[in-house]
Amino acid sequence: MAETMIDASAAAAPNRARRSFETSATFGLLLVAPALAIVALFFALPLGLSVVGAFQDKEGSATLANVAKAYELYSTDFVFTVAIVALSSALIAALAIAIAGYLTLGEHPKAVATLRWLYRWPLFIPFIVAGQLMRGFLAKNGTLNHVLIAGGLLEPISAQSMLDWRGIVIAFVWKQAPFVTLLLAGAMASLDRQHIEAARNLGASRLRVLFEIVLPQVKGTLLVGIVLSFVAMLSVLSVPLMINPNAPTMITVDIAYRINTHADYGVANALCLASLALAAAGAWFYLRHAVARAER
Amino acid sequence: MTATARWRPGSLGRTIAVAVLIGLLAFAVFGPLVNLVLWAFAERWYFPNRIPSVFGVSFWGRVFSERGGAVSSLATSVWIAVLTVVVCLAVAIPAGYALARVKLRWRGLILLAFLLPQAVPNLPVYVNIARVFYEIGLAGTIPGVVLVHASHGLVLAVWIASAAFASVDVSLEEAARNMGASPMACFRTVTLPLAAPGLMASAIFVFLESLDEFTGTYFVGVPDVMTLPLLMFNASMGGNYQIASITALLLLIPSVGFMLVVERFLKADVLAMVGR
Repeated sequence: MAETMIDASAAAAPNRARRSFETSATFGLLLVAPALAIVALFFALPLGLSVVGAFQDKEGSATLANVAKAYELYSTDFVFTVAIVALSSALIAALAIAIAGYLTLGEHPKAVATLRWLYRWPLFIPFIVAGQLMRGFLAKNGTLNHVLIAGGLLEPISAQSMLDWRGIVIAFVWKQAPFVTLLLAGAMASLDRQHIEAARNLGASRLRVLFEIVLPQVKGTLLVGIVLSFVAMLSVLSVPLMINPNAPTMITVDIAYRINTHADYGVANALCLASLALAAAGAWFYLRHAVARAER
Repeated sequence: MTATARWRPGSLGRTIAVAVLIGLLAFAVFGPLVNLVLWAFAERWYFPNRIPSVFGVSFWGRVFSERGGAVSSLATSVWIAVLTVVVCLAVAIPAGYALARVKLRWRGLILLAFLLPQAVPNLPVYVNIARVFYEIGLAGTIPGVVLVHASHGLVLAVWIASAAFASVDVSLEEAARNMGASPMACFRTVTLPLAAPGLMASAIFVFLESLDEFTGTYFVGVPDVMTLPLLMFNASMGGNYQIASITALLLLIPSVGFMLVVERFLKADVLAMVGR
């Protein structure tokens, strides 16, 4: 037995030498280079141009006028954007915790199966379709009002359209909550069930198990999902354009307006800088958590 | 055994509460979809009618007529998505293989670099790439739109490809090499076929992302590239709910279809390797 093992490794030795280039870092970098080049040329470069462009006037000399003008014209929209995205993120987190929590700890097998089938329908539906869906559903003549009226919860006379900031929030939550739930439920399913069952045996309620045992272990996954959703919502142009195009609105709409109507790249890039700063704030939240976990 | 006793379903009241909550969620999920289907088959619909006053399919004829543009924009969308998949896989297969099999310095950083296009707000990128493309003649062209879609979809392609290669058993490759297969033959006959399901999944992800993409096409594709999302947007902003709803329905079919089958493509062993 020992002999055959020695033979095998002796036979493998020339192979290993032949393979040295195949496993060398140079070869690896060569394989990765084309993909990295696409990211560099079509993502990193324009992103850099955006940051530089925020501080350039039309002739290309350095100025702070764009930033000043953006602040003067759009600071209300900036606050509006922060409020919408923060509220949507909070609602997405709450829904994801509730649904994923029930999928993990729920006691009715049928209810769990139904929920698992139900929650993920919007998962791959694009934002632009979600926007159109809500345009119909939340309108004065939409299905939501009709169901509320039929159920006696709303007088026909006081039916109103929800196509304002509420419509944006509802579209965002409808579209993004399934994504965060999917990530969170996956993380919860891979937890060791012994802790959960032990806590249940000691008499802890399911709510307490969820918040004191399950959630602390999947906090990182929840944060990743929320930060990715946060950035996605900051980037969406279609939903605010379709649901709430009038002021105050989200800064994505303002960026498109500066470019399409005024060809004003300076102010548009200054507004881009604001949305990048917001995304950086979101990323900082996540990194703080990741660093704290790495130190532990 | 006390565990099973304690885990028995709760009282009737609790059962009803769970049923009501699931019912509300079902309404929240399907209500907007039902509303869209109603609009797609409405000839006329005024407040306060609960359902359209007149049902019909005349708008479907208009959408699919030559002037409606649905057929040509659907063809453009699919063509762009196919090209995006080709570009992404052509660079993601070598990159994914290297990330899975070769000891790379800064491997974590490289993985992160592919994530960045999805983790940074896109509008700054699209606005400025449109300007660059305008100067070099790529604005309003299909290659321009494909490159923008590819840079955004690359993270899915590279991460999933890398996970797919990582889940292939190394000893199978070594067996092939020890029997004298060349590196290329080994890759072509052993590694690639075993990683194919994962690569297929990444191709579908990239295809769908490209098919549904709006903002990048809106800035880079104007005025000549008309995709299905742009057609839907124009109809919606023009106040034509029937046409917008019909095109939205067309866009919904691949999204919902994929949601229903995604787990068949993305097996747990590949999923466990994503981002590692």
